[in-house]
Amino acid sequence: MTYADRWLLPDGVEEILPAEAQQIESLRRRLLDLYRCWGYDLVIPPLVEFTDSLLIGLGRDLDLLTFKLTDQLSGRTLGIRADITPQTARMDAHSLKRQGANRLCYAGHVLHTRPRTPLATRSPILSGVELYGEAGVGADIEVVSLLMESLQAVGLNDASVEIGHVGIFRELISAAGLSNEQQEILFDLLQRKAATEMRAWVAANIGDPSLADILRQLPGLAGGRESLQRARRVLANAPPAVMAAVQQLETLAETISQRYPQAQLYFDLSELHSFTYHTGLWFAAFTPGYGRALASGGRYDRVGEVFGRARPATGFHIDITALNRLLQVSLPQRNGIYAPACADPDQWQAIQKLRAQGETVVTGFPDEQVRRDEFKCDRQLVKAGGEYKVIPWD
Amino acid sequence: MNTITIALTKGRILEETLPILAAAGIEPAEDIKKSRKLIFKTNQPQVQLLVLRGSDVSTYVEFGAADMGVAGKDMLLEHGGRGIYEPLDLGIARCRLMTAGLKGQSTPSGRIKVATKFVNIAKQYYASQGRQADIIKLYGAMELAPIMNLADEIVDIVDTGNTLLANGLEPREHIADVSSRVIVNKASMKMKHAHIQSLLDDFAKAVV
Repeated sequence: MTYADRWLLPDGVEEILPAEAQQIESLRRRLLDLYRCWGYDLVIPPLVEFTDSLLIGLGRDLDLLTFKLTDQLSGRTLGIRADITPQTARMDAHSLKRQGANRLCYAGHVLHTRPRTPLATRSPILSGVELYGEAGVGADIEVVSLLMESLQAVGLNDASVEIGHVGIFRELISAAGLSNEQQEILFDLLQRKAATEMRAWVAANIGDPSLADILRQLPGLAGGRESLQRARRVLANAPPAVMAAVQQLETLAETISQRYPQAQLYFDLSELHSFTYHTGLWFAAFTPGYGRALASGGRYDRVGEVFGRARPATGFHIDITALNRLLQVSLPQRNGIYAPACADPDQWQAIQKLRAQGETVVTGFPDEQVRRDEFKCDRQLVKAGGEYKVIPWD
Repeated sequence: MNTITIALTKGRILEETLPILAAAGIEPAEDIKKSRKLIFKTNQPQVQLLVLRGSDVSTYVEFGAADMGVAGKDMLLEHGGRGIYEPLDLGIARCRLMTAGLKGQSTPSGRIKVATKFVNIAKQYYASQGRQADIIKLYGAMELAPIMNLADEIVDIVDTGNTLLANGLEPREHIADVSSRVIVNKASMKMKHAHIQSLLDDFAKAVV
């Protein structure tokens, strides 16, 4: 690297400059204020911890995404968090030990070894909520409602929300008695929605005609609420647990549509992108102009098991850095007051009074060359008639 | 309703794709094969077409710069299919991905050199065969590599096999059957589902 390139930042790592930083902070506050109104307690988990507690069965993807280093004090491996959910799971299971429902929220940086999707940042700022201790669909309804509120709070009114349930695929493969290798092939086919290949594979591998029919139709079970009706017909002969999952989807859809009549809901019964992470209902928010999920979440029951207390769990996180890119950054406002350098104690009193009112006051230095274009002041503080006054600066 | 952008692969695949589009009621506003343009309006105001190199189609669709695309399975295998659905096999532009080497010579044992433009496919294929291979990326005329002793084998698309024969090579192992697929950006599928699904249904009717 030459001297001239020293300013370069690593791929996917960015610095956030004033106008954007202001907007990101404003988004973070709006979201955390909202979560507080819903009874979610703010927690601040550490940036690093032992990989033994960070990587707790939430999938191999998370392991690969986590930067690791050796702790000089203990000799154990530390991970820089790539996801905050396992940390709150530990707080719920071990540190707080509440008996009833436990609501936690957070906002902070995570770090990824590789961008999750091409061109994504490797150090996103996430804000999210987690709800522990309630297994019923009521908890899912609460977090999805809170997701809808979050989207509204940040001004995203055209987002659509995708909803699915990993239980459907899980029950079907267990009913089919597939080998691990077969499961992987089926998983890959469904991930690509490769309907043509799926038909050929099912014909060759699935003996049971009713199950074969279900699997053939599975990639097509996607769309608006009417697709759940279709799913009921297609899955009529599926194991009872599959129908229970469809019922949960319907219950959720009904309440959310009633609470948010404008909500664009999309259901996909064969989408498996979070299969290794989630255990039940999952959801993700998309918005035009952004090719991947802006927010995502769902059930991850049993994750507290490694900390000695398995608790039902659901929640979601929103990518604030992505949100910031989607929203128009308003130009830095020039609304400050410039106070020229002066030894007069009265000026100091005047300045402090203005600051107490919430005004931005920038004090000058003796012999300072004021660069108006770099300054964010549109007014100045001047002494007129023995009194300090704010006048327009032009 | 939003516009749907469909990225097409130029060349032979394009020629075989246009009749399918026509059967689905999509006609380019001008003759794609004669024009030097890269972006085309169609008789449907909500559908526009792009004409790209095969290896770029999956990239456009992955990033959402195009909602849908038509690409060879070879390109999808090489790309890895991240962020893409491939719901429909059009069954056109059929060929095979194969390894090939000089006629009459056997593959050397141990570590071999392989020339190909399908770097990822070649790596995965040889690894799955339990063979260590050093891959040399070339952009064309693969057949030359074994002749000039640049590589022991090549991985390439084989249609009739005539090019191989003409250069004294023979096809060896079959890696995959190739045909062109309709691919869809995952986010587009969710946000423009009704429109995309109806296009997919029309294409499916046209290929049966």
